[in-house]
Amino acid sequence: MFPPRFDYERPDSLDDALDALAAPDAVPLAGGHDLVPLLKARERDPETVVDLGGLGELRGVGRVAVDDADGATERISIGALTTDAELLDAEPAGIDVLLDATAAVGDAQIRNRGTVGGNLAAAHPASDIPAATVAADATLHLVGPDGDRTVPAEGFATGDHETVREDDELLTRISIPLASDASGGYARETHPSTGYASVGVAARLRVVDGSVADPRVAAVGLCDAPVRLRAVERELDGADAGSPVDSVTDAAAKAGDRVDGPVREDHVVSAEQRRTLLSACAEDAVTEAVARAVGREGVAP
Amino acid sequence: MSGEESVIEAEGSVPTTADAGTAEGGEGIGHSPLRREDARALRGETTYTDDFGQAAAALSFVRSPHAHARVEGIDTDAAEAVDGVVAVYTWADLADSDAPMRLPVRTEPLDCEVPGHPVLAADRVRYDGQPVAAVVARDRYAAADGVEAVDVAYDPLGVETDPRAAADEDVPTLFAAAPDNVAAVGELGDREATDRAFAEAEEIVSVDLENNRLIPSALEPRAALAEYDRTEGFTVTMTSQSPHGHRRKLSHTLGEPERQIRVISPDVGGGFGHKGHHHPGEAMAAWAARDLGEAVKWTATRSANYREGAHGRDHRTTAELALDADGRFRGLRVDTHAGIGGYALGGGGAMPGWYGRLLASQYEIPAIYCRSRCVFTTTAPVHSYRGAGRPEAVYVTERLVDVAADELGVDPVELRRRNLIGPEAFPHETAVGATYDSGNYEPALDEAADAVANVPRGGERDEDGRLRGVGVAGYVESTGGGFESGVVRVHPDGGVTVTAGTHDHGQGHGTVYAQIVAEKLPVSAGEIEVVEGDTDKVPTGTGTFGSRSTVVGGNAVAESAADVLKKARRIAAHELDADPDELEQTESGFRADGDRCSFADVADAAYGRGLPAGLSPGLEATTFYELEDTAYTFGSHAVAVAVDPETGAFEIERYVAVDDCGVRVNPRIVEGQVHGGVAQGLGQARSERATYGEDGTLAASTMLDYALPRAGDLPDIETRAKETPSPKNELGVKGIGEAGTIAAPPALVNAVADAVGVDHLDMPLTPERVRAAEER
Repeated sequence: MFPPRFDYERPDSLDDALDALAAPDAVPLAGGHDLVPLLKARERDPETVVDLGGLGELRGVGRVAVDDADGATERISIGALTTDAELLDAEPAGIDVLLDATAAVGDAQIRNRGTVGGNLAAAHPASDIPAATVAADATLHLVGPDGDRTVPAEGFATGDHETVREDDELLTRISIPLASDASGGYARETHPSTGYASVGVAARLRVVDGSVADPRVAAVGLCDAPVRLRAVERELDGADAGSPVDSVTDAAAKAGDRVDGPVREDHVVSAEQRRTLLSACAEDAVTEAVARAVGREGVAP
Repeated sequence: MSGEESVIEAEGSVPTTADAGTAEGGEGIGHSPLRREDARALRGETTYTDDFGQAAAALSFVRSPHAHARVEGIDTDAAEAVDGVVAVYTWADLADSDAPMRLPVRTEPLDCEVPGHPVLAADRVRYDGQPVAAVVARDRYAAADGVEAVDVAYDPLGVETDPRAAADEDVPTLFAAAPDNVAAVGELGDREATDRAFAEAEEIVSVDLENNRLIPSALEPRAALAEYDRTEGFTVTMTSQSPHGHRRKLSHTLGEPERQIRVISPDVGGGFGHKGHHHPGEAMAAWAARDLGEAVKWTATRSANYREGAHGRDHRTTAELALDADGRFRGLRVDTHAGIGGYALGGGGAMPGWYGRLLASQYEIPAIYCRSRCVFTTTAPVHSYRGAGRPEAVYVTERLVDVAADELGVDPVELRRRNLIGPEAFPHETAVGATYDSGNYEPALDEAADAVANVPRGGERDEDGRLRGVGVAGYVESTGGGFESGVVRVHPDGGVTVTAGTHDHGQGHGTVYAQIVAEKLPVSAGEIEVVEGDTDKVPTGTGTFGSRSTVVGGNAVAESAADVLKKARRIAAHELDADPDELEQTESGFRADGDRCSFADVADAAYGRGLPAGLSPGLEATTFYELEDTAYTFGSHAVAVAVDPETGAFEIERYVAVDDCGVRVNPRIVEGQVHGGVAQGLGQARSERATYGEDGTLAASTMLDYALPRAGDLPDIETRAKETPSPKNELGVKGIGEAGTIAAPPALVNAVADAVGVDHLDMPLTPERVRAAEER
């Protein structure tokens, strides 16, 4: 529980941070909830830890106007170093699924220090926030020595603590398209020992004329990376918003059997139990999302 | 050496006086003044072992990554070259010294002669995490670097972590002296009478159950700071439930006389048994401090603390209950395999002596026979963990009763009521040789059962589709035992210092002992300081475990206070020129015929002027108190649950604890003990399990992997108290420290089994297991 020796740098600007990360075997440090325990367990042995705490420019929540193929749209933009608590305090409208997932992270102390970007970049398989970013079709903004690039949240994490981010890149912000009529929900079953999710499911959808439209549903905890539950989405798309649940649970149960890649298991929670929890969590997340959407639409379910 | 100057001297427990304990509504026995310990803890002013010796060298262990292996060779060269490393030791270094350096085996209960646990592995390791080499360095970081640099060659051997399987043939043997891995076989009760009862029985029910292995998770891990001086000998500041016990064990391990060892135990952050047990850390730190001539400190990391053991429980039991057609219990037959780990240490091997003694629980059972085997397994040593044998025994009986009730179609509470030992039957000797001192079981059972009488049960579904269940369990707990010292010393100014050989590690001894003394003497609790935890300040002692401190330590202190009072009255009578029998005791002294004499005046007279003829100076008393008979606490707990059949997750909707520990010195502290015990009992029943993997390594080796309950997992615990005093001690008290750990597991398992409609359900009741049971 005593980390190996490493160099420590705390740059003041994004440019300096990128320079520091260009050094061999340098790792970025945000809230530290993932990296610090790994260092203490000596599971990571970097040359340099680059503390991003001085980069105030990567903190904060706002709206940005974007010109894209659909014309001018608005997006919510969240600085990568915004803490979970800051995001919850800002409470921006239109991203309820992300707020729900963020509120599920750890406890108040963890949310006061943990960052939204750090959570995504660490890519713990059972983190809550990645499920919500996939469901909300978020875009992740990366900066590296060769410039900027964006990647969709779906596919950002590729495995247990693995992402498409290059070692010399930084995740700077997360942006989410604002769809004023989209609603979401996040449901999780807590792992009895880790306190992470055994399984967590995020759902985001719209209700148009009493029917579900454009559903996106994603699960974490199930596999090493977030899983998009397309079978559930297919069942949901066009379903009667008055009774979406039966089709969801059946589809989720099947989705659990069909996921790509092995389902996670440990000595406390088996793969079979996680598949079972997938249905229960999907049901709860979708029910919440539909209830919110119906409430917004002003039609009794 | 520099270490000597810079080490902060540990002062033992900071003496407690009642700076925060305002005496709302009285401060004597039966009142609940605030705990005097809490203000310091809440302000962060407590000082634990690791707070001392900031400049001491740091000791860390190379621990075996194998459950069972031959140690083929240890290369320490690279570690010795690490910057900051002072020394690297192996068994060869210890064997070259005069010190035995094997943790003593408690031999008398064992059927085989096995060697003690070497502080560093001699040639073989028998559990994952066993210390193999020791690194002393300038700081913990360098020590960790050194540990990483030690190269050990192992030749892995076969593993077996299950106690039943380990006693089978064709299983790797840990010690040649125990070829079948059975360290001891114990028998209790009358086998023939029990067989007869079963032959004549009209109904027989059985259970096959596991009492899951648990890991003590005190907030503070084990730690020791050792210093050595040629004249003074060893001073070891350490986490301890029993400073004198540790001095004795260190004496054995180091080969030094007890008078040359001072053990100081400052504030201790929880124990639950694992700090009453001798560990390699304190012995190695002391040995290295002498070898290096400087202070050496060892503080276990959480995972080292977990892997090193003093685990609890780990029983596999088959048991049968024989009944008449009308539900009267005729006999109980129990067969248990208890895993004791890779070495016979502490309480593990002694288990058969106490485990079976509570199998009668609260019931009239004419014939009981229990056979238990202590089995070596390739796991960390097992010791006594909060409850220590009582939860294991009571769980067997209280589960059997529910299974029998189901079989007979009788309400489980009614079946219990039919078989209770009646209030007129005390003292009552059970068929396994326990003599219960006093009890009145039915009112407690009724109160617990009534609290959940109108709750849906038996798998009835609520509007959410959840299955409802109710469980009730009774228990009896043996408390007290052994001797304890208690000193009451009155200073010339009338202030009082109390010392006791017990050692507080969260219980509130300072508050309780002061209440007991304030009840006897004309002194307010605020003028009474309580000192424990230093072998140089306390004459001798047994320690704090087994729910014994108030029972044995409290009576020792009370007896000394009574002796002091007797002498004080004679002095006061002399001062007032009155007949001792006419003296009236006031809050702060004595009165006779309108004349007053304060307790301070009495003290002043005792140490100098004006003693009556024939009375020697001084005003203090020392008592070595031995309990006449064990005090048996009892009670009934009731639980209501709602189980989600889809996921197996369940909610505890109601938890009612009715406990009777005789006279309650401080009812609030009693309530706190029940809360803590129930929390630990529910932890065992619901989530905790020290799981070993197939390779024999501890899968649950960190708090991320071991499912300790969190605050949010616990229900609101409603506590109710009954008071049936023990007739066997002056104070009429019984212990309450472990009650919740005994009652909660069977109560909860009975409730969930009722909800899902099964007879067999093993702890921990993870959602997965509950769902699987429900689907059967």
